Amino acid sequence: MEAVHEHDHSHDHPSGIMRWVKTTNHKDIGTMYLWFSFAMFMVGGVMALILRAELFQPGLQVVEPEFFNQMTTLHGLIMVFGAIMPAFVGFANWQIPMMIGAPDMAFPRLNNWSFWLLPPAATLLVLSMFVPGGAAGVGWTMYAPLTVQQGMGMDLLIFAVHILGMSSILGSINIITTILNMRAPGMTMMKMPLFVWTWLITAYLLVAAMPVLAGAVTMTLTDRHFGTNFFNAAGGGDPVLFQHIFWFFGHPEVYIIAIPAFGVVSQVIPAFSRKPLFGYASMVYATASIAILSFLVWAHHMYTVGMPVEAQLYYMFATMLIAVPTGVKVFNWVATMWRGSLTFETPMLFALGFLFLFTIGGFTGLVLSLTPVDVQLHDTYYVVAHFHYVMVAGALFSAFAGVYFWLPKWIGKMYDETLGKWHFWLSIIFFNVTFFVQHFLGLAGMPRRIPDYSLQFTDFNMISSIGAFGFGLSQLLFLYILIKAIRSGEKAPEKPWEGADTLEWTHLPTPAPYHSFETPPTVK
Amino acid sequence: MIKNDIKSTFGGSMRLTAFLRLICVGTVMLVPGLAAAELQWNFKPANTEIGVAVHDLHSLVMWIIVLIAIVVFGAMFYAIVKHRKSAGHQAHQFHENTTIEIVWTVVPVFILVGMAFPATKALLELRDSSAPDMTIKATGYQWKWGYDYLDEGISFYSTLSTPREQIEGDTEKGENYLLEVDNPVVVPVGKKVRILTTANDVLHAWYVPELTVKQDAIPGFIRDTWFRAEKTGTFRGQCAELCGKEHGFMPIVVNVVSEDEYKIWVAEQKSRVAARN
Amino acid sequence: MTSQPGGYYLPSPSAWPVTGSVALFLMALGGVLIMHDAGGGTALLIVGAAILIYMMFGWFGTVIRESESGKYNKQVDVSFRWGMSWFIFSEVMFFAAFFGALFYMRVLSVPWLSEADTGALLWPGFSADWPASGPAITDQFTPMAAWGIPALNTAILLTSGVTITIAHWALKNNQRSKLNWFMFLTIALGLTFLGFQIYEYGHAYADLNLTLESGAYGATFFMLTGFHGFHVTVGTIMLIVIWLRCLKGHFTAEHHFGFEGVAWYWHFVDVVWLGLFVFVYWL
Ligand code: HEA
Ligand code: HEA
Ligand code: CUA
Ligand SMILES: [Cu+2]
Repeated sequence: MEAVHEHDHSHDHPSGIMRWVKTTNHKDIGTMYLWFSFAMFMVGGVMALILRAELFQPGLQVVEPEFFNQMTTLHGLIMVFGAIMPAFVGFANWQIPMMIGAPDMAFPRLNNWSFWLLPPAATLLVLSMFVPGGAAGVGWTMYAPLTVQQGMGMDLLIFAVHILGMSSILGSINIITTILNMRAPGMTMMKMPLFVWTWLITAYLLVAAMPVLAGAVTMTLTDRHFGTNFFNAAGGGDPVLFQHIFWFFGHPEVYIIAIPAFGVVSQVIPAFSRKPLFGYASMVYATASIAILSFLVWAHHMYTVGMPVEAQLYYMFATMLIAVPTGVKVFNWVATMWRGSLTFETPMLFALGFLFLFTIGGFTGLVLSLTPVDVQLHDTYYVVAHFHYVMVAGALFSAFAGVYFWLPKWIGKMYDETLGKWHFWLSIIFFNVTFFVQHFLGLAGMPRRIPDYSLQFTDFNMISSIGAFGFGLSQLLFLYILIKAIRSGEKAPEKPWEGADTLEWTHLPTPAPYHSFETPPTVK
Repeated sequence: MIKNDIKSTFGGSMRLTAFLRLICVGTVMLVPGLAAAELQWNFKPANTEIGVAVHDLHSLVMWIIVLIAIVVFGAMFYAIVKHRKSAGHQAHQFHENTTIEIVWTVVPVFILVGMAFPATKALLELRDSSAPDMTIKATGYQWKWGYDYLDEGISFYSTLSTPREQIEGDTEKGENYLLEVDNPVVVPVGKKVRILTTANDVLHAWYVPELTVKQDAIPGFIRDTWFRAEKTGTFRGQCAELCGKEHGFMPIVVNVVSEDEYKIWVAEQKSRVAARN
Repeated sequence: MTSQPGGYYLPSPSAWPVTGSVALFLMALGGVLIMHDAGGGTALLIVGAAILIYMMFGWFGTVIRESESGKYNKQVDVSFRWGMSWFIFSEVMFFAAFFGALFYMRVLSVPWLSEADTGALLWPGFSADWPASGPAITDQFTPMAAWGIPALNTAILLTSGVTITIAHWALKNNQRSKLNWFMFLTIALGLTFLGFQIYEYGHAYADLNLTLESGAYGATFFMLTGFHGFHVTVGTIMLIVIWLRCLKGHFTAEHHFGFEGVAWYWHFVDVVWLGLFVFVYWL
């Protein structure tokens, strides 16, 4: 590989807003991704609070049922596509070039476009609430044929999904190319920090899965407007066909959310254990197996559609198998901590919160993977509890860990450690108050996506709603911590974390300069 | 036109202040309320043999999980307590051990195989709807259920009977709030009842927790499930697939009665049909 | 910014991406309005499309200029190769969704509709012979025969795969006029394919009563051939651009990824057609 020489980037630097609109710098783009993600987290979170407000007690108090369904739909979509995924793409943008010793991403202009596709998509989603008939009330899974009955909001949603898909695909192509082609001399694949590995695998999942989702919503669109019968039995189609296509995307999607989170945690835990990651190679293989398996298990979301029993058995066995590589990861993290020299700054706390609660979410996933049990639990709050454990306490907590971990590198200032700890403890407590009780609701038979429920479910729902408001308020503290750090944080030491050993800590000053590694470092 | 729509969508939020007041009062009342309430921590008791098997499977898996959790989290918390820097612990720089990697890959495989056996057995039973004693077709509509007793020629609709005032909060909510219908399904105890599900418009799902059945109802297709109730009684469930606005308001009520009562009910239904014609 | 030889070229800030976003936003909005017969849709769509075309000219123009002025080193070239490969992979997965739908309907859902309780209780009398329109569509249609135009089109596309390869060899051997002629031939074949395809659609609608609304067969037929045709169109435009660049003397025997990328794309479109020919027309 040829060396990368110095560049002169001095001229043509737009300032003000145009700096952000036109930027081709991976750090600027990473920052935009992260702030966009946080804004969407607020929007999606407020929607969740509307749901929880309505569910505080039986009866209809706050919103109409249609509006409730719309909130459920938008909450799911916005959190998944607007909050969590962009957050990790933000990390990828900031970190991958620095971690592999590259001057920037492989396609800087394309990188800018990947980001700037998000605001139009988000606008379409939000706009859909204000058109006649309101937003689509179909759930984030957009099952046919309910989608065929919807109004204009549905079409806005479909196009939003198309654009989000484009953004993800372009972003992923960029990430893959960067990792494969831009590594500094000596940075072999098996020397890459695990975060980089996880993103390579995630990007592969995205390129493989997002086009399938685009196909699914395209068929929805033609069924709605152009007389096709993909999802209509009268014309030889099948509503269940939509589910197959959706989940062929949808199951890899949940690992698209989880795997970069694994990556962040795999950087944070060794740093605060002051010990190298245990079983690096097996972590790489485990992640790759999760990615491969994730394309083979999709119908575990469809145990009640009436598949032939042989198919159910296959999907059950294949799904259970994912516990093995995921278990390897969990064990490796624990082994990394084992006989280390642990300290518990905020990033480590969130990583441990992740480790503990994600594993619990994985366990409930395993319960759901057992078809006979899932027949009872499918479409109940048990499932809602399961996926909030893996996505909120999993992915979101990991993103928090990453922000606290790298913030000093990014802005050259420290956050307030005491407040950070408060953020962690409030989050973990209120998270469990909100979602632990939902397991019991699901076991007792409370369906999901309902605005009103029978009296037996009242107590746990009240607890859950109180927890949700507590959890939401705790996130305002996070915003405050960020602003405080940016405006008046203490200057960060060159290497705030004793155990951090990747290139951005060892080879770059703090804060990282606007252009890093114009001359590639040599990695031993 | 657009304005009107916004109003109807957000119309409910007029009740927001009332709601906020409620949330405060509710929180205060919750604590003593919880102590007194009988909380449902697990599945409701199953009223079918296969349901009991499913619950046993769930319990078994839960115990296995608890054991694994004790081991994993035990090690994690041990490290947190003993291997902390503030306790003066020095980091050991090991980072590989092939033996242990193999162990913790292989042992979970065995555990999973152990779970797969009872799960497969339960699943095969659960899906074996052959040789039923009677067959009922359940059709999902937006938003009610239609039932056809295929052998008896009885047909009726089953609609939520909870009055609107209870939902809006204008009157006290009854005991079976949202889980009551005008015409319940009636079946004899101890008989293998096969339920054929289908739908008229969009997806619905026929779900009765205590009978351990949940089957999606798909427009244009027939799917089936079955149960054999062990005890008489009334069993309540709900539509379990998002089907639009009133998805939360299309319950399922099954009256399991003795064989004799069932015969009387059938005769009554038939004479009602005859009277109508 | 300047770039020394051997340095990885990093472009300066650019307004093209955000221009593309605005274009797509307007197009999406326009499309939605058109589908709901609300005013302004067509205008928005046209404006959006115009901006998109403007953006493509601008963006690709910039890239071509940068490339021709020798700013891209070997490593940038490799990046482009990875980028194009993964882009084509994403396209493969897009088609996979529609092939999956075809497979599912043909092998699973249509037979199910005539079998067991579903057939007996809901669709009595429906027999599931492919090509099927589904149990409740009474409008009869004639399926598209494989051995007429489609077979011809197969030959045309395969030939075009050969001609573009010859053109590529010519480029590598610096035989510029051979390159230009074989590029022209490839484009001509592409356009002929499209012409036949358009004729075939007209034939389907006018004579065979085969439409998007003809149930399972019609939906999968038109979605698969339609998206393929769209890709051929895009591919042909790309070929034309490359041809014009060849005529202007762009590309060298060593340095011509722009050409190769388009050739890859054209081969991909070719392979998809083979799948279509076998699974949609023939079997
Ligand atoms: C980050 C996202 C994420 C992750 C990582 C997972 C992980 C898993 N999920 Fe989850 N899941 C979702 C997000 C996620 N899920 C979402 C969003 C839905 C609902 C979608 C919707 O309907 O809206 C869902 C729904 C869902 C269902 C369908 C439920 C239903 O609708 O009826 C099922 C069923 O099988 C399932 C299973 C699993 C399994 C087996 C795992 C496994 O990967 C978990 C593996 C981990 C462990 C098991 C723990 C660690 C392992 C060990 C310590 C080793 C030893 C353990 C043993 C041997 C047991 N999930
Ligand atoms: C990663 C994704 C993600 C995240 C982070 C969350 C976060 C939350 N979710 Fe999520 N949820 C989904 C993904 C996610 N969810 C998905 C995919 C579904 C399925 C949708 C479907 O069925 O189609 C779902 C469905 C879902 C339901 C079931 C709805 C239904 O079935 O009808 C509920 C109900 O409790 C819920 C609650 C919450 C809560 C309380 C949070 C909280 O963590 C949110 C906390 C954040 C905030 C509150 C915002 C920040 C705070 C402020 C802006 C300050 C203002 C706050 C106050 C005044 C208190 N979610
Ligand atoms: Cu019917 Cu939900
Ligand atoms: Cu899944």
